[in-house]
Amino acid sequence: MAMEAWSRFLDTFFNLDVIERYFPAIMKGVVVTIEIAAAVVVTGTLLGLVLAIVRTFRLIPMNALIVVFVDMFRALPPLVLVLLVYFGLPNIGINLPSFAVLWLVLALVLAAFAEEIFWAGILSIPKGQWEAARSTGLGFLGTLAYVVLPQAIRLTVPPLTNRTIAITKNTALGTVIGVGEILNQATTAQSFSGNATPLMMGAIAYMILFIPVVVFGRLLETRFAWRRV
Amino acid sequence: MEAIIQQFFNLAIMERALPLILSGLKQTILICVLVIPLGLAGGLACAILSLSRLRIARWAAVAGIDFFRAIPPLVLLIFIYAGLPFAGLRPSPMTAVAIAFFLNTSSYYGEIYRAGIESVGQGQWDAARSTGLRGYQTLAYIVLPQAVRNVLPDLVSNTVEVVKLTSIASVVALPELLYSADMARSVTFNSSPIVLAAAIYLVMLWPIVRLISRLERRVAA
Amino acid sequence: MTTGTPPILEIRGLRKKFHDVEILRGIDLLVLPQELVFVIGPSGAGKSTLLRCCNRLEEPSAGSVQVGGVDITARSTDINAMRRQIGMVFQSFNLYPHMTALRNVTLALVKVLRKPRAEAERLGMAALDRVGLANKARSYPGELSGGQQQRVAIARALALEPKVMLFDEPTSALDPELVGSVLNVMRELKRGGMTMLVVSHEMRFARDAADRVIFMDHGLIVEEGPPQRIFSTPSEARTRAFIAELGR
Ligand SMILES: Nc1ncnc2c1ncn2[C@@H]1O[C@H](COP(=O)(O)OP(=O)(O)OP(=O)(O)O)[C@@H](O)[C@H]1O
Ligand SMILES: [Mg+2]
Repeated sequence: MAMEAWSRFLDTFFNLDVIERYFPAIMKGVVVTIEIAAAVVVTGTLLGLVLAIVRTFRLIPMNALIVVFVDMFRALPPLVLVLLVYFGLPNIGINLPSFAVLWLVLALVLAAFAEEIFWAGILSIPKGQWEAARSTGLGFLGTLAYVVLPQAIRLTVPPLTNRTIAITKNTALGTVIGVGEILNQATTAQSFSGNATPLMMGAIAYMILFIPVVVFGRLLETRFAWRRV
Repeated sequence: MEAIIQQFFNLAIMERALPLILSGLKQTILICVLVIPLGLAGGLACAILSLSRLRIARWAAVAGIDFFRAIPPLVLLIFIYAGLPFAGLRPSPMTAVAIAFFLNTSSYYGEIYRAGIESVGQGQWDAARSTGLRGYQTLAYIVLPQAVRNVLPDLVSNTVEVVKLTSIASVVALPELLYSADMARSVTFNSSPIVLAAAIYLVMLWPIVRLISRLERRVAA
Repeated sequence: MTTGTPPILEIRGLRKKFHDVEILRGIDLLVLPQELVFVIGPSGAGKSTLLRCCNRLEEPSAGSVQVGGVDITARSTDINAMRRQIGMVFQSFNLYPHMTALRNVTLALVKVLRKPRAEAERLGMAALDRVGLANKARSYPGELSGGQQQRVAIARALALEPKVMLFDEPTSALDPELVGSVLNVMRELKRGGMTMLVVSHEMRFARDAADRVIFMDHGLIVEEGPPQRIFSTPSEARTRAFIAELGR
């Protein structure tokens, strides 16, 4: 009896035939997920850093714009933005492929969070560092580049890593607009095969991708906390 | 310009969609009321477990936290909603959402509590224990209050994330705010209902996001 | 002090307001080449503000500050070029924690004076050697004692070969046993002919190293003179009270 239930369970969630049939599709999804995640991380972090640097010039109208952008993209659910861009833009004549929509939205969301983290890091550098550098004749940009940013960025690594992981996981939202990432491949395969195994494969693929980064983020945190003491 | 207003800020369409969207808002609030307390409690349990003297309990807590932080919440939700029926269980959308979000948010809250408890020095434990307080009393009266204060910005910030998270319940056809708005969009072929939903999210969350920025800067200073 | 030599630092009618409160209320001060001028005064007198106006870390509200005959407050003056001729040493050292002692010293040599890396390192090592820390070139500030950190900070300013050096309470953040090493370096600088404007309350050092002592209170110079006279027979009641307080 128990044997039978167990074999039914295996048959439904770890069906070897299904695994074999859909392994290539899931792998394709893995590649797409990695590609979009990498693009989001690079562009989002860079844009966030640029915005934080622009903010140090303290041009009031510019900073107001940055704060509004940052707040909005921190307050709005990413899926709302995805649907808005995906269904809204074509109606005003802009057609973006769905992977570009996902990339654009997640990069902007990450940029907003990253800007806030970088900015907090810059603010936390004591005024004396600015003054010492300026007193040796370094200009504003030189001080920012050689003295302030290297220290600020070091402080931002742990919070930024955790935030980046959280936002990168949102690549799964791509399934809603048909981006062929892991979840999309898994749900498609599940409905074709009438079997839950592809879902299990998708979940395992995510775990293989993300558990190492989560653990890495945890290590970074303890390492940096230890250094601060 | 005209096209943009027509497509995104069409007041007539917004007005027609409003009742539907408000009923969605009610569902969204319902999910929050259900999930936030559950997550806070589950997170606390995780954190306490991760402090246990038993190595295996500590290990299990950390592994659980990392596991559910690694898996995207939408994947978890679909796994529960579309996967469990294969095992003979047929959860309603609300049940699936509650389970998935509980697991996800507990792990995030758990990690935050854990960091908070670690930020309270051993001296506080020693002092309290030396006055005869028991371990759980020390935790409840001495350590947790300080821990929560130390990580308050993170707790608030994660709560904002939970509210934002509710939007993915739309994927399993739970008629919450975004689902209702998207429904209205698909019948009107116009994005204004989603803009309206976005505005509602902003009204709810923008003040909190501002507050978090302030709190974070105060802690950093 | 020969009359007729042009001063290195010439402050005329210097005023500084913070939000309508006048903190410096008309300061006139000349510092001649190779002179060591000591500034004392109660907390809040405006001593730090005076120093910070001398390299425009604070923007003066009125008056002028000339260094080597160049008005640093003039719009046309390249302030960064002037600042490297005006060394500044802070109470809290302000070393860059992410750089080694040597990199702290060479940063401005490379980025402001555009020296090639090798030459900058040679000059940096020479500066560290003058403060007795050539052996700590590869250490990070966190690995140095307070006294060593302050001496690296002095080397950082010194390496740029400034015309004048400003010291704002360079020893008041130090443990008593570390004060001596920093004062010794300053004595060496004096012997080497450096022009210095020093805010400090190290009376013994002032007695044997300062050429002149200036007593400031409420944004004004109350009196000035050679250290022996200011410390033993001050003419102003406020100076007397302050020195009596210090002596206790
Ligand atoms: N950036 C500023 N904004 C407003 N007020 C300031 C600022 N800097 C200094 N002040 C005020 O100017 C006055 C003089 O300050 P200053 O630091 O020059 O005094 P000080 O003589 O160096 O005192 P101490 O011995 O305590 O260092 C103080 O009352 C201070 O509060
Ligand atoms: Mg001062």
